[in-house]
Amino acid sequence: MLIELHKKLKDLLELAVYIKDIKGEDFSSIGNLYENLLEFYHNFYEIPPERISSLINDYEATLKKILLKAEETLNPYEIVKITRHPQRFTLLDILENVYDSYMELGGDGELNIDPAIICAKALISRRVGDEVYFHQVMVIGHEKGHGEEFRRGGSAAPWGNEKALRYMKMAETEGIPIHFYIFTPGAYPIEDYPGAAQQIARNLFYMSKLSVPTISFISEGGSGGAEAIGLTDLRLMAEKGYYSVISPEGAAAIEAKLKDGRPPRELVEKMAKALKLTAKDNLQLGTIDRIIPEPPLGARRKDYDFFKRLKYEMIKATDEVVLQTRSLKMFRKYALSKQTPENFSYFVNWELSEDEKEILIENRYKKYREMTRWAILEPKGFFKSIAQKGAQLGQSIAYEVKYRVLKSSHKTFKKFWEDLASESSLLLKPVSDPIKTVYNLIVGKKVRTKIRMPGEIESESDFYVSPLALQDKTVTCPQAEKYGCPDLWVPDLYGEFCGVCPNCGYHFPLEYHWYINNLFDKGSVKTFNDEISSGNPLNFEGYAEKLKKAREETGLNSALLSFEAKIGGISIVAVMLVADFRQGTVGVAEGEKFIRAIELAKISRRPFIALVHTTGGIRIHEGTMGVVQMPRCTMAVRDYVDSGGLYIVIYDNNSYAGPVASFLGSAPYQFALKSTRLGFAGPRVIFETTGQPVPPDYHSVENALKRGHIQGIWDRRELRKKLFFALLTMGGPNLYYR
Amino acid sequence: MKIDFTQLTQFLQRFKAKPYKIYPIFTPHTGKIIEFKVKEGDEVKGPSGKWLEKPGTPLFVLEREKNPKLIRAHYDGLAQNVRIELLNRFVEAGELVLEIRHPLTQDEIISEILLNALLVIRAPETARYILSSELGKRLEKEGLGKVIVKEGDELLIMTFMKRETPIFLKEKGQYIIYQIYFKPFELVQAGEPLLGLCPVEDLPHLEKIIQRIKDEWSL
Repeated sequence: MLIELHKKLKDLLELAVYIKDIKGEDFSSIGNLYENLLEFYHNFYEIPPERISSLINDYEATLKKILLKAEETLNPYEIVKITRHPQRFTLLDILENVYDSYMELGGDGELNIDPAIICAKALISRRVGDEVYFHQVMVIGHEKGHGEEFRRGGSAAPWGNEKALRYMKMAETEGIPIHFYIFTPGAYPIEDYPGAAQQIARNLFYMSKLSVPTISFISEGGSGGAEAIGLTDLRLMAEKGYYSVISPEGAAAIEAKLKDGRPPRELVEKMAKALKLTAKDNLQLGTIDRIIPEPPLGARRKDYDFFKRLKYEMIKATDEVVLQTRSLKMFRKYALSKQTPENFSYFVNWELSEDEKEILIENRYKKYREMTRWAILEPKGFFKSIAQKGAQLGQSIAYEVKYRVLKSSHKTFKKFWEDLASESSLLLKPVSDPIKTVYNLIVGKKVRTKIRMPGEIESESDFYVSPLALQDKTVTCPQAEKYGCPDLWVPDLYGEFCGVCPNCGYHFPLEYHWYINNLFDKGSVKTFNDEISSGNPLNFEGYAEKLKKAREETGLNSALLSFEAKIGGISIVAVMLVADFRQGTVGVAEGEKFIRAIELAKISRRPFIALVHTTGGIRIHEGTMGVVQMPRCTMAVRDYVDSGGLYIVIYDNNSYAGPVASFLGSAPYQFALKSTRLGFAGPRVIFETTGQPVPPDYHSVENALKRGHIQGIWDRRELRKKLFFALLTMGGPNLYYR
Repeated sequence: MKIDFTQLTQFLQRFKAKPYKIYPIFTPHTGKIIEFKVKEGDEVKGPSGKWLEKPGTPLFVLEREKNPKLIRAHYDGLAQNVRIELLNRFVEAGELVLEIRHPLTQDEIISEILLNALLVIRAPETARYILSSELGKRLEKEGLGKVIVKEGDELLIMTFMKRETPIFLKEKGQYIIYQIYFKPFELVQAGEPLLGLCPVEDLPHLEKIIQRIKDEWSL
């Protein structure tokens, strides 16, 4: 009896500590309750036992009142603190309480591939009437641990994400659904193999066509780290969870332009509010699908009612995803039926047939294609949009006929004929040749086409020269001390040398016009979707002015240019992330333009090239609206690559964070110009996260090449030639389409 | 070979009179010195940091064709003989602008002395080096300053692109392995010291000198 009371008192003390931690110093309602409780706890055995029970009940009632009061005034930064508190439930608690049994894969505890990521095969049960059914699922998620330092607070290392991918593939082989649990402040930003950015990109690329139902639950969703296991059919979010593009501390450091040191607390709180990172905000923005309610001030590890609710929601979510692939009628019937956490009215088999898998992937594509679309700023006219739609449809039909109908029947005929001819060439040649000639005549193919060999491309006669060259002075190459480079005369450097030091090959930055004008055939560049413009979906304070300024300075509406062009006569579709507009950061407008461009490349069966002048990552002012561009664009990339397109990415200057960890990093062919810096997080963020300084050449292209991130280092002076060569060799005679 | 102790004593006296090394700083090319960043007697620092990523102290600015070039220090020490009269004047390449007086530490002096006194085996080619297996075993067992080698003994193995060449001791007499300057399998540039050998009969004397330096230079 006394022991039980003592335990209860300990729980109350824990709760008091929790409230104090979350609400901070300014929360006056708690007064000196904690001190009183602590004193009570220490003198527990000196107080007469008959009084203890009533005292505890009093304290419990007061604490409950305080808890409700604390809940009322809960602000976004306090929610961030809740998700990080050691008393909050973790994935292991979920595995214990939501699932009936589980087996950890890839190690448990400290003996692990990566203790920050847990993969487990688990059984989840449901009761229908008197029957109990078990489902097998794969559970993958971050484990923060209750104060276990070796788990790095749930920051998955690159090999941790690689492990997650491995078990996703295993679940796919076995045909069981995957439940993802996201508890991460962000990915561990180191570049060791397989590389933070690369692995996230690979995960996204693979998850976009995972043929099993996937559900994710977000408690702490830190940007890229969350996305690495977050591209799912249904996204649930804890009521006291946060999902954000950057931690409020990180945003505050950027906003205050701090080089080092801690940002002031007021600014951090302001950022937490401005980033719209709570569950309610995210639901409104459409980046998540559903909120799982939590008790006041968030669920802790002993809130069993919450786990019951979570179990029910996870089963229901999986059911819905599965049923959507079957028939709308079944789905509706299910949605209308009365389900309770204790008793389901239906048993749904979670195994999918081949047809259903296709529908599942299609549904997923549609879901992400629609996400954040409401925020796109585009001039709308009724006739214009109809005309545009008509033109698109016409184009799509024309290309379909040209490539699929004509070409495939042509190919089938050719293949059949080749087989036949090779098998019985001696016998049939006198007969076959005339027929072939007649066929070729009808189809209109010349008997012998000249195959153009690589290396024939000429550089354009009227070469564009950067306005930087219009200065009569010299500059010093930054590597002069190391390589003894002579001073460079600016008109030479930016003219003839294409901004490259002729001695050591250092690449000076050039404006984006240089590439647009010198890479492609003269007059062939035609931009499209220029009118899509970056907006301010979160109403982030001060951001609208910044956008306006960027627009005036650059004459662009977003950081991404999309255009059709020709290179040596080969027609291509290309996009370019431009440094001049908000450091080439990606938001809703950029994501949408990217997807539209790659869709055009897919419809018109052209190669797709992404030039990265510079990218600073996802634009923090657009919050999760920007983050979901990562899965959105990666899905479009997957769709394009799977249908046979040739996708080439070329990096220049500085390329970091989100885009590199998604739609750029997932390209099968990535090249970088010399002197590029490439990676996931910059040196400062790495130092702040890991406590280890990184060498100055950590993000250099040479190292990126060694880590297998890129396929080659190119020289700017030969860029046009190299690109042409790549299109011809990698595309082959059919250029790119299978 | 015997150690020339009279020369060594002279050497030591020179160090005692001037316990520093002077690095002259010349202009790398013609131009105008538009600014001095240091004054006479200022402390300057060479590149620092784990990867020498922090550049040294700025010394002066040399301008040619509107390109102001900052010249930085490569050594720690004090700036002296700063030729302030060169300010705003056109200078030729190779003109002395200032000197950096680099105070020598005890270890630096000992290593200087040793390089002069010992029979130094230098790397004949840019390659990787390891101790010969017998010598390696003996050194492990007996320790540095105890192993005696004689003419014709195999000292080192030079390995480069999997091609191995043994290096033998060519000098007459008996020597003690006194100093090892390289790390196994690390690339050593041609001409860099590999081993320092001391004639057996000179060892007590040399050790006495080293001890004296240690006593006298309590910097």
